[in-house]
Amino acid sequence: MAHAHAHTVKRYRGLMDWLTTVDHKKIGILYLIAGGLFFLIGGLEAILIRIQLWKPLNDFVSADTYNELLTMHGTTMIFLAAMPMLFALMNAVIPLQIGARDVAFPFLNSLGFWTFFFGGVLLNVSWFTGGAPDAGWTSYVPLASPAFSDDYGVDYYVIGLQIAGIGTLIGGINFLVTIINMRAPGMTFMRMPMFTWAIFVTSALILFAFPALTVGLVALMFDRLFEANFFNVANGGNTVLWEHIFWIFGHPEVYILILPAFGVISEVVSTFSRKRLFGYSSMVFATVLIGFLGFMVWAHHMFTTGLGPVANALFSIATMLIAVPTGIKIFNWLFTMWGGSIKFTSANLFAVGFVPTFVMGGVTGVMLAAAPADFQYHDSYFVVAHFHYVIVGGLILGIFAGLHYWWPKMFGKMLNEGLGKLTFWTFYIGFHMTFFIQHFLGLMGMPRRIYTYLDGLGFNGMNLISTIGSLLMGLGTIFFIINIIVTAISGKKASNDPWEDGRTLEWTIPSPAPEYNFKQTPLVRGYDAYWKEKMDGNKEMMPAEPLGPIHMPSPSILPLFMSIGLFIAGFGFMYHNYAIGGAGLAITFLCMLIRSLKDDHGFHIEPEELEDKGVRA
Amino acid sequence: MSAHTHADGQLPHEPEKATLEGRNKVLGFWLFLGGETVLFGTLFSAFLALRDQVGEGNPTANELFSLSTVAIATFILLTSSLTSVFAIQAMHAGKKSAMLWWLAITVIFGLGFLGLEIYEFYEYVHEGHGFTTSAFSSSFYTLVGFHGGHVAFGVLWISILIGQVLKKGLNVVTAPKIYVAGMYWHFIDVVWVFIFTVVYLMGKVG
Repeated sequence: MAHAHAHTVKRYRGLMDWLTTVDHKKIGILYLIAGGLFFLIGGLEAILIRIQLWKPLNDFVSADTYNELLTMHGTTMIFLAAMPMLFALMNAVIPLQIGARDVAFPFLNSLGFWTFFFGGVLLNVSWFTGGAPDAGWTSYVPLASPAFSDDYGVDYYVIGLQIAGIGTLIGGINFLVTIINMRAPGMTFMRMPMFTWAIFVTSALILFAFPALTVGLVALMFDRLFEANFFNVANGGNTVLWEHIFWIFGHPEVYILILPAFGVISEVVSTFSRKRLFGYSSMVFATVLIGFLGFMVWAHHMFTTGLGPVANALFSIATMLIAVPTGIKIFNWLFTMWGGSIKFTSANLFAVGFVPTFVMGGVTGVMLAAAPADFQYHDSYFVVAHFHYVIVGGLILGIFAGLHYWWPKMFGKMLNEGLGKLTFWTFYIGFHMTFFIQHFLGLMGMPRRIYTYLDGLGFNGMNLISTIGSLLMGLGTIFFIINIIVTAISGKKASNDPWEDGRTLEWTIPSPAPEYNFKQTPLVRGYDAYWKEKMDGNKEMMPAEPLGPIHMPSPSILPLFMSIGLFIAGFGFMYHNYAIGGAGLAITFLCMLIRSLKDDHGFHIEPEELEDKGVRA
Repeated sequence: MSAHTHADGQLPHEPEKATLEGRNKVLGFWLFLGGETVLFGTLFSAFLALRDQVGEGNPTANELFSLSTVAIATFILLTSSLTSVFAIQAMHAGKKSAMLWWLAITVIFGLGFLGLEIYEFYEYVHEGHGFTTSAFSSSFYTLVGFHGGHVAFGVLWISILIGQVLKKGLNVVTAPKIYVAGMYWHFIDVVWVFIFTVVYLMGKVG
């Protein structure tokens, strides 16, 4: 490794390389591994829940354990599985799509990953230290208050999510700056791929939604650890305050989850229909509008709290408004497929399957938005069916579509199409079997969050079908894991543009992308930049700069240590051992100080070295 | 980051925006302050929801707050915002030592503010207004304490930056750091203006 400057940078190999990496492509893979692991844990919890419910008065798990499973399933899936897998796709794809060599803050990118990871680990350690959180993923007070949850479970929730939340916020800021400041020449905002637009809006939602959760968690932590009175009604506290704070974060959060999936679907449908995305500018407009309205509707989670008819009516109407931009998107996807030469690859199967599934989730969403009707649906399995249709049927299908689509770019090998299709059909059929029937269970009056039900209520058969469906979804996930293993061992090597119909910049570079992404920054001449060059008869992008040395940031172990510091501090404060708590914080602040004092000069890759191999996983 | 200064040794006019790293840092920090606004906005909402929950026999906001102390604290903090502007102006003019002096004065004002705040909290606790007394007291200490924590962090941060500039000089690496610290300092001043109004003045009038 030659260096134009005198700075020699230590480059690591093996495990140390992964612990110190600031390369967005490797961080993307780390997010995928960690998020995938938590997805399996959350999925296992779901299957245990379904086993408990397969017959009336089952005693497979106790009521207490059921509450823990229910809470941890929701919390894990939202914060530790879904969001990190989205971050995996963001990291893997966004800089490539906008023609950038890196993200704006590579060091913070790594810090974001490690804080998420240690927050998630802290949350899950609770299983082994006397009980996981058991107050639901929404952790409503007074149930979650020290008076009614007097073990450590909810403390793990509060502190684990706080630490993981820091990572998410950092990631949001990082991608906003990356997309605003680092686009290649000619890549104007209205030429950005739809996935990039979706991530841009999602990152803005993260930035403005997560600090509210931070404050909510701080308030609950102060109540639990330091006897504050935010939610302690005896001393003037207010339990509805928690609901407001939680949902003013929580509702934007569901759009944080679904918008990236919309972006993935737009890319996949357009590529495999061999057509430009229909109504691109209306798609952009709809995405921004959904992001905006997402902040205006939080109280629709609180219709039965008793805010009064005026508030309920306003939030009801605002919620129904969201159906308009969402409908625009649905029709745009349909019109993109209309008349296209559609290829049903496994990625496209997931994308096409997404459309009707998400429409069903949207329709029940509008039903729930009608406040008077919501009094009937509230806290029943109808709600469970609704949000699983939008989250699993929307987001998870979107993530599967994205993973099958970008896998060759991330890992350099093609996933097995046969296994991919098997994954789709088992998962898709299993999903509808599990949740379609829950609409009717809910309408018949089966309440959610209860560990069992009586015989003779007419629930038995449908619950059995639902449980069988959940096992099928588990099987689908296992097929996907088999596919990963088979691909890793004997997968076909992927070319630059393995789908042959790639439209965007990530398909112009080798698979996997080299460390520096682009040998020469490309010149973007229109929307669907690569497709445009193909149509003009060009084989590759026109470069916007001559070949030259490329500056790279140095790897660093500090993000890992900073997160370990927070992890230790979390335990210290939870168990009222302030020496350990202080020591943990000291580690974190010391690392921050070192980072500030030590200039990172990075290193240069010289033009003659630019035949480098890509990221190896 | 290859060229830390111009070839002739002169800093560019806006050294904080001379490199892509610098521009990223400034934009990222603006966005971070957007997030901080939501953070404080939520803290204010919680305070406004709970400020009347004083509880039987506990001192009310009107009885507790002494506007003269708070007015002095406000004056000190707002003045420190002005001195931090002078520091950034000196930086743009390339006057390193003037910049350092103004930063040092900003830090001293910040310390003065913190001293007054600690004294104020100490007094309140003696008057029976502890962290766990009532929902009003918990939300008061959390909101004002979060702000105080921000001031303390800022004082520490700017002090470290003074040390860095003394050691490494003023260049396109250190300039963005000074600039974003200045932005941060203005932000906590603006938050204080709201605290002064919402917590103290509104507490006084009922």
